[in-house]
Amino acid sequence: MRKANAAAQQRPKMHTFRLLGRLLSYLFHYYKGRLIAVFICIAVTAAAGISSSVFLTLVIDEVITPLAELAGEDFAVIQGTLAGLRGTLFKIIGGMGAMYIVALAASVFYNQTMAVVTQGFLRHVRDDMFSEMQALPIRYFDTHTHGDIMSVYTNDTDALRQLISMSIPQVFYSIIAAVTLFVIMLLYSLWLMIVVFAGVAIMALVAKFVGSRSARYFVRQQEVIGKTEGYIEEMMGGQKVIKVFCHEEQSKRDFDKINDALCDASDKANAYGNILMPAVMNIGHFAFVLVAIVAGLLVLFDAQNLSVTGWAPFSGAIIASFLNMSRQFSLNIGQVSMQINSVVMGLAGAGRIFELLDEQPETDDGYVTLVNADIAEDGTVTESAERTGKWAWRHPHHADGSVTYTELKGDIRLFDVDFGYVPEKIVLHNISIYAKPGQKIAFVGATGAGKTTITNLLNRFYDIADGKIRYDGININKIKKADLRRSLGIVLQDTNLFTGTIMENIRYGKLDATDEECIAAAKLANAHDFITRLPDGYNTVLRHEASNLSQGQRQLISIARAAVADPPVMILDEATSSIDTRTEALVQKGMDALMKGRTVFVIAHRLSTIQNSDAIMVLDHGRIIERGSHDQLIAQRGTYYQLYTGAFELE
Amino acid sequence: MIKTLAKCIREYKTSSIFSPIFVSIEVILECLMPLVIMQFIAAISPTGSTSTEDVQMSTILYYGGILIAMAVLSLIAGMLSGRFAARASAGFAKNLRKDMYYAIQDYSFANIDRFSTSSLVTRQTTDVTNVQMAYMMIIRVAIRCPLMLIFSLVMSFTVNVTISWVFLALVPVLAAVLVFVIFKTHPIFERVFHKYDNMNRSVRENIKGIRVVKSFVREDFEKKKFEAASADVCKDFTFAERIMAVNTPVMQFCIWLSFLLIFLLAALITSSNLKAGIPVGDAVIGEEQLTVLIMYASQILSAVMQLSMVLVMIIIARTSAERIVAVLNEKSNIVSPENAVKEVKDGDILFDNVSFKYSKDAERFALEGVNLHIKSGQTIGILGGTGSSKSTLVNLIPRLYDTTEGAVYVGGVNVKDYDLDTLRNKVAMVLQKNVLFSGTIKDNLRWGKEDATDDEMVRVCRLACADDFIRTFPKGYDTYIEQGGTNVSGGQKQRLCIARALLKDPKVLILDDSTSAVDTKTDAMIRRSFREEIPNVTKIIIAQRVSSVQDADQIIVMDGGRIDAVGTHEELLANNAIYQEVYYSQNKIGNANAEGGAENA
Repeated sequence: MRKANAAAQQRPKMHTFRLLGRLLSYLFHYYKGRLIAVFICIAVTAAAGISSSVFLTLVIDEVITPLAELAGEDFAVIQGTLAGLRGTLFKIIGGMGAMYIVALAASVFYNQTMAVVTQGFLRHVRDDMFSEMQALPIRYFDTHTHGDIMSVYTNDTDALRQLISMSIPQVFYSIIAAVTLFVIMLLYSLWLMIVVFAGVAIMALVAKFVGSRSARYFVRQQEVIGKTEGYIEEMMGGQKVIKVFCHEEQSKRDFDKINDALCDASDKANAYGNILMPAVMNIGHFAFVLVAIVAGLLVLFDAQNLSVTGWAPFSGAIIASFLNMSRQFSLNIGQVSMQINSVVMGLAGAGRIFELLDEQPETDDGYVTLVNADIAEDGTVTESAERTGKWAWRHPHHADGSVTYTELKGDIRLFDVDFGYVPEKIVLHNISIYAKPGQKIAFVGATGAGKTTITNLLNRFYDIADGKIRYDGININKIKKADLRRSLGIVLQDTNLFTGTIMENIRYGKLDATDEECIAAAKLANAHDFITRLPDGYNTVLRHEASNLSQGQRQLISIARAAVADPPVMILDEATSSIDTRTEALVQKGMDALMKGRTVFVIAHRLSTIQNSDAIMVLDHGRIIERGSHDQLIAQRGTYYQLYTGAFELE
Repeated sequence: MIKTLAKCIREYKTSSIFSPIFVSIEVILECLMPLVIMQFIAAISPTGSTSTEDVQMSTILYYGGILIAMAVLSLIAGMLSGRFAARASAGFAKNLRKDMYYAIQDYSFANIDRFSTSSLVTRQTTDVTNVQMAYMMIIRVAIRCPLMLIFSLVMSFTVNVTISWVFLALVPVLAAVLVFVIFKTHPIFERVFHKYDNMNRSVRENIKGIRVVKSFVREDFEKKKFEAASADVCKDFTFAERIMAVNTPVMQFCIWLSFLLIFLLAALITSSNLKAGIPVGDAVIGEEQLTVLIMYASQILSAVMQLSMVLVMIIIARTSAERIVAVLNEKSNIVSPENAVKEVKDGDILFDNVSFKYSKDAERFALEGVNLHIKSGQTIGILGGTGSSKSTLVNLIPRLYDTTEGAVYVGGVNVKDYDLDTLRNKVAMVLQKNVLFSGTIKDNLRWGKEDATDDEMVRVCRLACADDFIRTFPKGYDTYIEQGGTNVSGGQKQRLCIARALLKDPKVLILDDSTSAVDTKTDAMIRRSFREEIPNVTKIIIAQRVSSVQDADQIIVMDGGRIDAVGTHEELLANNAIYQEVYYSQNKIGNANAEGGAENA
């Protein structure tokens, strides 16, 4: 029950535009000013890029055509005109150059800013996700696979990067360019504009057709890659078994099937992706030819040109610049269509990021806090500002505004507790346990009997459905979760050490612990011996989930980590399961020392480790079926007795 | 490296050749088109050398027809090259994965030990994808861009020599900047990706260890740690991206500069032509030429730009390619000899002065001076602490590793002389870290024997005491086992693994700590059924529990890679210190309370 209860996680997919809108507002939330500046700069750059067509017309109309008209004129006249034209030319070139310089500055600015904005935004997204994740209840982690959560940080965030740094500016650039082109065309010729638009419409349709297929197959390819990865992972993990069973040929055959499917999916996705650009570009050529033909026909029939400036005969300049513009138009559409994939993937990623951010964080209504305390001889408790080694619960009363203090002793009682991970399925029934300060309580039972579940309730990883849990007489729902957990030490079967030195890992239990305290804790857990034998001792860096240590050694370190925290209550969930019996005998001494004077809850597979418990609870299907000391239970000759004599399998 | 990789192209050679051919056709057409366009404009332009009266319907249709034909051809060529490039690269990637997977299947244990599972997975997925993308770029874009560059340059020279010099001058400038950027950012990216991995690792640790984080109330501590890492990553990535962000403005600068120069030069050339008294018709650089030159300018410069992107792709893919080649070049040193022995006579095993170390450079032998004779049909127990090389010893029997010194004989024949499949099918091994695969129980059992009948499967499951619990499942033998066998308990998993090995009908059966999660009673039942049902099979049992080996014919006590003692339970209990220690640590508490009860049970 501890593992994934892969409950229905499907929630309605957010609508694409709402998703985009939310992403943009998230982006604007952090970078409003800069983004506005960026958009202005993109607009300037795009407009400048497009206006070279205008300059082309100007140069032709004002300089080249007058020159051409000089044909047959006198040499002297030519000389005279040239001087004047040169002035005009320099004016045009100068204007153009000035505009380009402005546009270049704008371009440098927006490209640089976008680099900063993109990475900065990703950082915010990561920080927000991480911060949200830390606040999520354990239930979230139990119902989602680690791979899925991880992939939000890696794949989805990466997809977002492409979307923000490339696609959004590119699409905005293209929109501005298209609008500018539209205006210029309207200024020049209505007829030709209609022709260009017809071409553009076809292009957009084709781009949409090919692009959406490309995106669909890319998504499919991702899925098949996931499946292939799963297969390869399973097989690589079992590679030695494959060898031992001479199963190589069969495994190759199965692999070929999956591999072929991946090849097929990848082939389709890339084929559509590759076709997109030539298709759009060549339709651009068609549009181009169409413009040329129509222009030719208009000239042929001496048709009048209609533009916002009125009717006029066609000039060669207009035709030339139109051809240039139709080309730019198709270039822009081509650029946008190339972004379809990254937009689709980026938005899908954004959807999953928002899903994580929208998760309901762990609630905490507790108001009883843990404080340092001075305890007078007569038992009165007063709060202390310094660390006294004694602790007390500070309990403010809303009714009269008074505050009472209760000494932290480690007295934990469960009364008729019922619990289910899902309301329909109750997994714990009528659990009542009385753990007096300093007692050792053990849980025994098969996998799924509910041992770990009980410990999950004590530190409020999950909340009980019915019944009461009292900690030193206080309802644990009233205690602030952080303070409750601080008072409970926990050592799990999965050690979960962090990358860093051994010293840092032990200090995790108490951040301000001195080296001496850490070493003392390691000695208590019997870890000191092997740590000092490592080449770098306590400074040995643990990497890759501490794979440089054996599982048993890792467990010893995690015991030391809990020891340095020095909590009044400890929960040991299969804490020594991977330590071999010879070593365990040694560790047991340390464990006993660690447990002395504390209330301890122990879950252990090996019954030898729990024999000296004050009470042993035998659990079966969420009920306590036997309870008592080792001797009492042996005398009862019930389930515990059978387990102990090996008649039952403990799993 | 390239030679090794090229071997994987195979049946996709045709596609790999067609792609560049079609892309070349596309490029040639694309470069010729502006020339035709130039003539077209000249033909229809009312201000050019021709006057309105000269514009003919036939001319328009003539040029229009040519252009449409060229566009159609270019469209077809472009699509085909895209199609072939996709097929070639997807196929190449398929073959790479296949060759790697096949190579890994042929790895010996020693080879497998050299790579971590996750690295093998990454190599077959992410790395292959990187190489696939690079390959697609190489057979398409990397052909297209240089051709585009050269043709466009040549064409523009035919239009106007002086202006074309401008392009020729701009190309190296742009190329230099781009190359500079690549070489500047590449090492930064390498470094950042390392930091990026670290950051993600810290996320993974937090997801896995969330119970620890929450129990110690370290949420804020972890947040601070993560934020520092993420800020660090952000800083470096921003730096690298800002250098990369130089590309676009530089490209724009080059294009715009070329525009300006085209206009300026065109006008200057015209006027100097006129000054020199050249007739106006020839002297003027018309709008048709300007249009075409602008087209060539953007083609040339964007070709340079794309080429730089390909370069980046190739650099990224190089590391991946190296990692792939490392897998492909790793050769197994354990292969069947020629004229291999194809029959195992019996389960007699002999270790003749065997020493072993895991790698040549290892200082210490993992196993030293082992001499041992196990008669066919005997039951042997092996006991010893962690690191005493119990597993190492038995791994040598089915030749999972080769001895460093000495030799191992099975059925009187050196294991090196056997056909590997024959040997491993007759020496069945149940590994310590055992794995069930996703599939039904039957599917899993059939690993032992592909065509096993239901009766055969039930028989081995009875032997392994697995039949009872399988029958309690609603779907019985058709129960689906999840990946990693997570839906059966550890003890059930171990018994299924034993049954699977028994299906091979072996002469030697090795259980490497394979009943540790099975309760002592069932454990005893399994051993009894072995004794009664398969008396001729040599059984070697490695165990932590003394009770699992107590009744063996011989018990081997291992310590630090050496055999400390061999003997029966009684002999060892009397003489061997290690055996005594283990025995008493496991039995001291139990004796008093349980012994009496066990008799009644």
